[in-house]
Amino acid sequence: MSTGSAISSPDIVPQAAPLLAARGLTKRFGSFVANDRVDVGFARGEIHALLGENGAGKSTLVKMLYGLLSPSEGEILWQGAPIALANPKAARALGVGMVFQHFSLFENLTVAENIALALPKSERLERVPARIAEISRAYGFALEPDRPVYSLSAGERQRIEIARCLLQDPKVLILDEPTSVLTPQEAERLFETLETLRGEGRALLYISHHLEEVKRLCDRATILRLGKVVATCDPRAETARSLAALMVGAQIKEVRGAGAHGLGEPRLVVAALSAPSPSLHGVSLKRVSLEVRGGEVLGVAGVAGNGQSELFAYLSGELIAGRAEAILIDGEPVGDVGVTGRRALKAAFVPEDRLGHAAAPDFTLSENIVLTGHGASGMTHAGFIDAKKALDKANEVVATFDVRKSGADPLARTLSGGNLQKFVVGREILSKPGLFVVNQPTWGVDALASAAIRQALLDLSARGVAVLVISQDLDELFEISDRIAVIHAGRLSEPREARETTREAVGLMMAGMDEGDHAH
Amino acid sequence: MRIDLVARPQRSRLIEIAAPVAAMAVAILIGGVVVALVGRSPLTAFDVYFIEPLTQSYSLQAIAVKATPLVLIATGLIFCYRANFWNIGAEGQFVAGGALGGWLGLVTHDGALQGAIGGWWILPAMMVLGAIGGALYALIPALLRVRLNVSEILTSLMLVYVAQLALDWLVRGPWKDPEGHNLPVSVNFDPAASLPLLVDGGSLHLGVLFVPLAVALAAVVFSKTLFGYSVRLAGSAPRAARFGGFDDRAIAIAAFMISGALAGLAGVVEVSGKIGQLLPSISPGYGFSAIIVAFLGRLSPVGVLVAGLVLALTFVGGEDAQIAMHLPGDLTLAFQGVLLACVLAADVLARYRLLVSWGWGARS
Repeated sequence: MSTGSAISSPDIVPQAAPLLAARGLTKRFGSFVANDRVDVGFARGEIHALLGENGAGKSTLVKMLYGLLSPSEGEILWQGAPIALANPKAARALGVGMVFQHFSLFENLTVAENIALALPKSERLERVPARIAEISRAYGFALEPDRPVYSLSAGERQRIEIARCLLQDPKVLILDEPTSVLTPQEAERLFETLETLRGEGRALLYISHHLEEVKRLCDRATILRLGKVVATCDPRAETARSLAALMVGAQIKEVRGAGAHGLGEPRLVVAALSAPSPSLHGVSLKRVSLEVRGGEVLGVAGVAGNGQSELFAYLSGELIAGRAEAILIDGEPVGDVGVTGRRALKAAFVPEDRLGHAAAPDFTLSENIVLTGHGASGMTHAGFIDAKKALDKANEVVATFDVRKSGADPLARTLSGGNLQKFVVGREILSKPGLFVVNQPTWGVDALASAAIRQALLDLSARGVAVLVISQDLDELFEISDRIAVIHAGRLSEPREARETTREAVGLMMAGMDEGDHAH
Repeated sequence: MRIDLVARPQRSRLIEIAAPVAAMAVAILIGGVVVALVGRSPLTAFDVYFIEPLTQSYSLQAIAVKATPLVLIATGLIFCYRANFWNIGAEGQFVAGGALGGWLGLVTHDGALQGAIGGWWILPAMMVLGAIGGALYALIPALLRVRLNVSEILTSLMLVYVAQLALDWLVRGPWKDPEGHNLPVSVNFDPAASLPLLVDGGSLHLGVLFVPLAVALAAVVFSKTLFGYSVRLAGSAPRAARFGGFDDRAIAIAAFMISGALAGLAGVVEVSGKIGQLLPSISPGYGFSAIIVAFLGRLSPVGVLVAGLVLALTFVGGEDAQIAMHLPGDLTLAFQGVLLACVLAADVLARYRLLVSWGWGARS
């Protein structure tokens, strides 16, 4: 199956004619080349990984293969013959299916109704449950046709998307970052399904930047960097580090531990915080209690949509819990205090969403300094903003955290995801906080920037800052946390020492099963 | 073929200025075609509309006097629109301010209340009352929006009709001049309640001085103060504003009240400086034309000043064209509508690049 040698030249043609192939495929957006003469082929019965950093051109490539974008140059070949894909409908008719990273499901409809929507009009709704049962049996995943989607976990939602694709019997199935929302156990079940599909002779295209799972699952890997294919290899013959080096084009520095340092006083104490979610299908917090001491990193793991954004909003003061004693910052009750008041107590916050939440997209970097810095001394005088001070601060953040930008003071939205994330994290770090709360610190951030951000968080804790990290990335949490707690359905588990627990144990808790304490 | 809108990475100063100018040029071209279709010479019409009014002292004064309410109202509207609140009821706030300020002019008629201290206080008090009247009237849609989440677009618009009908009733009823031969007009204001003229025998009155004052103040507020920053932020990125710790409700109420106060001030300036009494209707739609001015001026105070003068020019030129060329007066309004459409289109093109792709996939 594999090509044997570790890395072969990218233009090597796989045995027999591939089912779907790209030849010299190029996509330009203005002067920017998102895909540069990409040659790649996907054969029957293989799981082919598409690896690359954010912005390497993976999405652009699969969007062309799925008819969502039209190439600027080059050809797409179906069983060796050039074809034109005008739209996704044409791709589906040919036998190409795609499971997107972000689900397009109607929350208030049932599983069967959501699936029926994707079927031709001639299909009858009454027959859909039978077909779902058929698919569930064949691929070993459970789907209850009558459950409304809002009551489902991310893993179950993904199964709907996959079932929707499989009902059309695709020969090529594209999966975009399918495990990013799954617990390790759910991911394992997904892999079993994918292996069944491979056994049926389908070609699977698997986009990911999780190297370990690519090594575990995939037969071949094509690595993209800056829009070009830089290597095609057998991932099993590679190490995670060598794959990462190919993706990044440079060695990634290993994060240094914070080193031995004593823990200080509790700087953040949350006591039995119960609070509703502001959104309709949101998750309300149920008696959340936690404590973060100075010099400590507390990680909060969990599958997306289990109350993380609510927890962050109540901690930052964007939502007010009401009861003052529910949240203490350095001993000060702040449950009824807004975000500016909490910042005055040297607390700093970095929300999950860079654009539109942590930063205003159409404001310049120096204006975005004012966003969270307006309460700091010297930033305003009698209601007037000190623009020079804000610009100096922006330049300090840019220099300290190696933020790449164009122009002296560009708009926030012109920065790449990783650079903007470094900017917003850096902005808060330079405010010299005593408490640092961050939600998804490296979501959608390239490997180099991720490493820099994790290092910055560890450096903070070494200086005696209490750091609370909410993340879905277990690798990240195990890398930097002293203790890890799990949030599930709005409840927070008792934190455990990171060194004394395992990914599996945390994974089970993420799925709502608490192993160990009670027998089931 | 497929057309994509691609965001421009950087805002270019040149395009910021060129876009409304280009929009103006396109609107004039379209207007010229319409005039030609009516069977008149577009060149003569251009001359009558845009050139001649700039050559006469009386029409220059008329332009300044017309521009005064437009720029004052539009300057206030910037606060609402920047914060993403759609106050389209400035016309009603204008009437409310004109009525409340004008009321003081009526009760002090013929020297009443002026006895020992004289009448020096009347004009300033009228201006303050006008601003208060407009601000309180704008508070209604603001509170409905903030407390009950009622669309401010509907409420502010419908309150226009309430204000208009209320003034109409007042002037036909309790405020009617008893010696006015039963005409629906109030008494004429005393000199102490009238804004003095700046040019003998002309129409230019003291009220025009509010315009540079308001524009300069607004420009400073938006570019230098934390309040102006919070207004822009709330409109541009509401979640970021909340994260920044800015109270979106307070911003909404402040923006509406500033907008209403400036519209109300414009109303009292109009009745005290231009009309000289209260009439059942005191505005030919300044509150609505000011919406065009706000957008033509790209929601910036200085831009609004320029745009207000341009729009006043079309009003004055339109009147001249009715007389000189017998062109219908509605043509002016139609032209203003075309101008707004062009400005909005130019705005999109200034922020995005059009990307037309012709590829082999070019069948969708």
